[in-house]
Amino acid sequence: MAHGRIRAKIKRSSLYTFGCIRPPRESTDEPHLFRGPGFSRHVCCNQPQLHQKKPLKYSKNYISTTKYNVITFLPKALFEQFRRVANVYFLLAAFLSLTPVSPFSAYSMIAPLAFVIGISMCKEAVENWHRFMQDMKVNMRKVRVHNGEGDFLPKPWMNICVGDVVKVEKDQFFPADLLLLSSSYEDGICYVETMNLDGETNLKVKRALETTLTLDDDSIFKDFRATIKCEDPNPNLYTFVGNLEYERQVFPVDPSQILLRDSKLRNTGHVYGVVIFSGHDSKVMQNATKSPSKRSTIEKQMDKIIYVLFTLLVLISLISSTGFAIKTKTQMPSWWYLQAPDADGLYDPNRAAASGFYHLVTALILYGYLIPISLYVSIELVKVLQALFINQDIHMYDEETGTPAQARTSNLNEELGMVDTILSDKTGTLTCNQMDFLKCSIAGIPYGMRSSEVELAAASQMAMDLEGHGGDFSGRPGGHNGSEIELDTVVTPRESSQTAIKGFSFEDNRLMNGNWSRENNPDVLLLFFRILALCHTAIPEYNEETDTYSYEAESPDEGAFLVAAREFGFEFCKRTQSSIFVRERHFSSQEFVEREFKLLNLLDFTSKRKRMSVIVQDETGQIYLLCKGADSIIFDRLSKNGRVFEEATTKHLNDYGEAGLRTLALAYKKLEPSEYVAWNDEFIKAKTSIGGDRDIMLERVSDMMEKDLILVGATAVEDKLQPGVPQCIDKLAQAGLKLWVLTGDKMETAINIGFACSLLRQGMKQICISTNVDMLNQDTKKAQKESIVMQITNASQMIKLEKDPHAAFALIIDGKTLTYALEEDLKHQFLNLAVDCASVICCRVSPKQKALVTRLVKEGTGKTTLAIGDGANDVGMIQEADIGVGISGVEGMQAVMASDFSIAQFRFLERLLVVHGHWCYKRIAQMICYFFYKNIAFGLTLFYFEAFTGFSGQSVYDDWYMLLFNVVLTSLPVIALGVFEQDVSSDICLQFPALYQQGPRNLFFDWYRIFGWMGNGLYCSLIVFFLNIIIFYDQAFRIGGQTADMTVVGTAMFTCVIYAVNCQIALTMSHFTWIQHFLIGFSILAWYVFLVLYGMMSPELSGNAYQIFVEALAPAPIFWLSILLVTVACNLPYLAHISFQRSFNPMDHHVIQEIKYYKKDVEDRHMWTRERSKARQETKIGFSARVDAKIRHLRQMLQKKSSVLSPRVALAATR
Amino acid sequence: MEVSTTNNANGASTKSKPHHSRFTQQELPAWKPILTPGWVITSFLAIAFLFIPIGLISLFASERVVEIVYRYDQECIPEMYCDNVTGYIQSSHTNKTCIKNVTVPKKMIAPIFVYYQLDNFYQNHRRYVKSRSDKQLRSASGEFSTKGCEPEAKLGGAPIVPCGLIAWSLFNDTYSLSIEGKVIDINKKGIAWKSDTNVKFGSNVYPKNFQAGDLIGGGKLNESLPLNEQEDLIVWMRTAALPTFRKLYGKINSNLEAQDVIKVVLENNYNTYSFGGQKKLVISTTSWIGGKNDFLGIAYLTVGGICLFMALNFILLYVFKPRPLGDPSYLSWNRNSSRQ
Repeated sequence: MAHGRIRAKIKRSSLYTFGCIRPPRESTDEPHLFRGPGFSRHVCCNQPQLHQKKPLKYSKNYISTTKYNVITFLPKALFEQFRRVANVYFLLAAFLSLTPVSPFSAYSMIAPLAFVIGISMCKEAVENWHRFMQDMKVNMRKVRVHNGEGDFLPKPWMNICVGDVVKVEKDQFFPADLLLLSSSYEDGICYVETMNLDGETNLKVKRALETTLTLDDDSIFKDFRATIKCEDPNPNLYTFVGNLEYERQVFPVDPSQILLRDSKLRNTGHVYGVVIFSGHDSKVMQNATKSPSKRSTIEKQMDKIIYVLFTLLVLISLISSTGFAIKTKTQMPSWWYLQAPDADGLYDPNRAAASGFYHLVTALILYGYLIPISLYVSIELVKVLQALFINQDIHMYDEETGTPAQARTSNLNEELGMVDTILSDKTGTLTCNQMDFLKCSIAGIPYGMRSSEVELAAASQMAMDLEGHGGDFSGRPGGHNGSEIELDTVVTPRESSQTAIKGFSFEDNRLMNGNWSRENNPDVLLLFFRILALCHTAIPEYNEETDTYSYEAESPDEGAFLVAAREFGFEFCKRTQSSIFVRERHFSSQEFVEREFKLLNLLDFTSKRKRMSVIVQDETGQIYLLCKGADSIIFDRLSKNGRVFEEATTKHLNDYGEAGLRTLALAYKKLEPSEYVAWNDEFIKAKTSIGGDRDIMLERVSDMMEKDLILVGATAVEDKLQPGVPQCIDKLAQAGLKLWVLTGDKMETAINIGFACSLLRQGMKQICISTNVDMLNQDTKKAQKESIVMQITNASQMIKLEKDPHAAFALIIDGKTLTYALEEDLKHQFLNLAVDCASVICCRVSPKQKALVTRLVKEGTGKTTLAIGDGANDVGMIQEADIGVGISGVEGMQAVMASDFSIAQFRFLERLLVVHGHWCYKRIAQMICYFFYKNIAFGLTLFYFEAFTGFSGQSVYDDWYMLLFNVVLTSLPVIALGVFEQDVSSDICLQFPALYQQGPRNLFFDWYRIFGWMGNGLYCSLIVFFLNIIIFYDQAFRIGGQTADMTVVGTAMFTCVIYAVNCQIALTMSHFTWIQHFLIGFSILAWYVFLVLYGMMSPELSGNAYQIFVEALAPAPIFWLSILLVTVACNLPYLAHISFQRSFNPMDHHVIQEIKYYKKDVEDRHMWTRERSKARQETKIGFSARVDAKIRHLRQMLQKKSSVLSPRVALAATR
Repeated sequence: MEVSTTNNANGASTKSKPHHSRFTQQELPAWKPILTPGWVITSFLAIAFLFIPIGLISLFASERVVEIVYRYDQECIPEMYCDNVTGYIQSSHTNKTCIKNVTVPKKMIAPIFVYYQLDNFYQNHRRYVKSRSDKQLRSASGEFSTKGCEPEAKLGGAPIVPCGLIAWSLFNDTYSLSIEGKVIDINKKGIAWKSDTNVKFGSNVYPKNFQAGDLIGGGKLNESLPLNEQEDLIVWMRTAALPTFRKLYGKINSNLEAQDVIKVVLENNYNTYSFGGQKKLVISTTSWIGGKNDFLGIAYLTVGGICLFMALNFILLYVFKPRPLGDPSYLSWNRNSSRQ
């Protein structure tokens, strides 16, 4: 084989597992009868050309997740743009500006709109292009496809057709939904990893039909012809109905012959398959829902503000048109110089109502400046830049896989700063799906010196506390015992010279290198190791380079056990259909003895049984039952004389559990041959029986065997978490975030992980809500539901009655129960309970349930949710949540493709939320507030002026000023605010997680603040307008005696607006790099430059603004004085507000800024550390909470100890 | 500072690795000012100490300006026409001359400016503002571009120059001043902006068909003078921002002594009576802030005063309720726990 690996070609199906002893299918099943319409798909195997044209033309295997293509881009993107009500308004205004109703020239309305829409569309195009490139990466993957002449040639995925025969090799993904024809195993089975589909990590067995088994060579396919009739494409992953017509016979096809796209071939050399569903027809693609367009909370709130402004706009338009109508009716006839009525009827005193109506339209356009046209485009631009910074963050770059963080959709950046609940997948997200054998307890003696991560952290925290609170402790008698206890329990790992072995972190010389034989109970130890080496379903794989075996196990724990056994000197090396071969190395000799154990029976692991057993016969003929399983199950099945080590082992198991390890108990029993034979007869009877109760019978028979066991010991395996996960969860918890784990895994696994990442801890009250499996009567649905209601009510009651402030609750619920709990009438009760619990773990949940739970949390609590996952099974959840985060860097891309942000490691989530989220939230919030301020300040001056022109709709500003206002003169500083503003630097964000709460509490974008800013805008507009008007209205404004005309007043006023709003933003900012300095300066300077240039243009363009600045305004001192006066007057209230607020009611970031400003953090390190540790939310989950709990526990122990000690101390003192 | 990425197994990683710079990592050196009480007090005081003198100086400058405002629109109606003011003003046969006296309150030093002030006249009305053609005013070749000038655009197919309502409603009252029989020269040259006479109004554009229609609006123009020499028109064409406005009528280049009685001979031609507008004659000197403008000084004093008040307030508050800067006990977590 390709990689120099040698694999025994064995028929795994002949291992005596439950799965393979099913009676032959053909005898019972008839070919499916297709009922109803729909099941109409014909697939002509190996004749893809038939599928090129109708009626058998099916969709190609090309997948596309893009929003647009070349043709649809323009209409669709335009449609998207005009879904925003503000843009529709501006479009309408642009059309109306072509009519005489318009107060402005047409270009000044159309140009900004075109600019704004153009930029937004460019952004869409770029994002779409990225999606396209990602699709192409998938579409261009290669797979071997039959070319019709018995050869399999590589072809890109996108060119595969329905009917093609493909050959998929080991560790490749299936390019489409395939019907399995044959595999490299003789019996046509293959192993499939469906992690991408449902998140389950254990391998699944697929089995080819007997009749196609002969198709096991490339050349045979030359003449292969068959027809498949089957169901239409549908999203159901676990069902399939169809028939295969082959050699004039019809065979039923069921899901176990179907290989789904995006699952992966494992442990199997290659398979042949026929494409049934391709591209978007495939089940995984059918499952993919259209990615919803998500909008952030701030943006939704912004819409409301826009509506407020629209209301204001309509209101003042109505006022001004009413005023206009009245003026027109009553006064205009006497204004002879206007020669009313005019030809267009716009100023017709006789039809004042009609004129008033026309004027309403005019006014609606005129006051459009209240609605910031450039707001959307500025926000979009800012978000793209923010996203670039997220992508560029080197602290979120994973060196190992070479993947940086990526903001895939930039419009949710600020939402990152408002997250309340995180819903996380487990495998691949929290854990790396790798187990490490860490400790064991054999014959009541604990082995294994290394500490788990939890213990290490507890120890270091203790040590820190001892240092920190030295005073507290030294005063107490027995204070020194603290460190003794610590030394007792925790041994820090020595820097071992040997290279780390994957899956094995065990360190204890008593057992290693054959030393175990010198221990007290060598025969028990021997049994322990044999159980490890024999009781499993794994397959060994020999690696020639390193001369060692590696193991392909169904679950990673088994792999870890086998590696451990190998390291102890019991190397599992070969498996045949009936035997297991172990190379044993005893008594530190280098000699290997290969022993054969006959495998008589294998009683499989199921989540219900929670145990697994093998019955083996060793070389001496002695028959053993070796069993491993959950401790509670094993302890129930011990014989009387098998309980010698029970007490000690129980204690150790508790210790291990507390240390976050995953435990299993091991036991055995010796069998007499007669006893075995009798049992085996019954077992065979049971397994060959036909009918629904076969499984129950089998279980009962197994149960009979697995009792009267003798306990040997227990193992403790550390489920390898992704690096930094516990710390990250801890930090996130301290930042006030809640974490729910939704996993497809078994409940035990999920609970273990809960322990490992500190979501659960010893002493936490676990509320397990589950369906009662014992209810066997068929009318259970109602009863089940009632029992769940009961459980939920009881649990809620319990939480209510709890008094202890340190008490924490964990809710654990399985998928089956969840189906009931998510029903309409129950879900709120369930949610209330879940919200009260510190951590929530949902296990065995289907992808759909993940999405439903996410929806429940999102809609039920009304808070922002974030879903994070790595596989296709998380897609629903990722799309449903307010923010979806995908873990990139792993092989499957579905989660990433559906996500809004992708990061390479779970631990980057902390930085993504606490740093970028926090910044982006504040930036966007301030930016939007400022935008409204600036446009109100500017827009209302238009209104006031209009009131002085007889409500005629004349604007005091030149068209060009207005055009430039939003686009050039005030846009850049606000963009700088949105991109570069930092209230505190990134390391402080991380050190003070409590700062994050400013986001979820929405302190910077509540109505109070929004209206405050609007009020500021109103004030500013009043100041700008009236001060200027009063200063300029009738007197000469220069020493030369000239009076101010409209252009002079307008220009002066506009200059004041520019100054006022630009100074305002300078006051708003707290972080000035050269960019901010430059942009603010540039904005003001640009205005002067424009004014000079505009004045130099031909008067036909500039009108009365010709030479306005150079000739009229610049030489007038009053112009400069009015600017100074107005600017100061405009910003005075804000300045007063912020200085009083900071001085007398500071917010957290104010204080921290000050500490940094005065470098107090350097001078008073103690204070700084203290505040840092205080600046976290009171948490009940997470690492620190657990450490705290452990410390509390140890303190209690200390106190007990010291109370015992103190009399002696007292005694010593008296002597 | 950067570890080389050669040890990466993945070759692509170097490509996608973010570029490390202070800019991309958002660590650019930045000025992070905070509003310490010192800064707050200093800035308030600074504003106060800047504004109050400016206010005083402006007030002083405004005080020096001598201004005579004389409303004549009511007084110049002969009593017999009191009931039919519009008839009087619209008739071309009535005698519109009106002789009045005004007294100079204080010595006025040349240059002295003569203005007319109109009230309730909407020169800023949208219909009015638009009703002009800059193209036509600038050169003779633009004679036919009368877009926007309706209804004063054409007369029987021939364009009106200057077209539009603004020109058509040109102000046409005239003033002549004399003191004790001695005529005071009112210089009507140089009352318009230089750029207007040089560029905006053409030297080859002569009035055509002006005020030749049925409706006579305001003043007439001398058809033999090019537009750039008709400064009255140029001044009038600069539409005012508000319904009350002053426009320059002319300059007097001799001093007027206090208590001089000026005899004003008015030609009261312009119709403001139909819309109830006032007409005033204004004779004023200027200073560096322009005409009489007390408001600027008062506003400066007010803002300066407020700032002074704020500064004092802040000092007092700070004395009685100080908050040490960077005091961690003000952090929310410390405050919450202290309340519990």
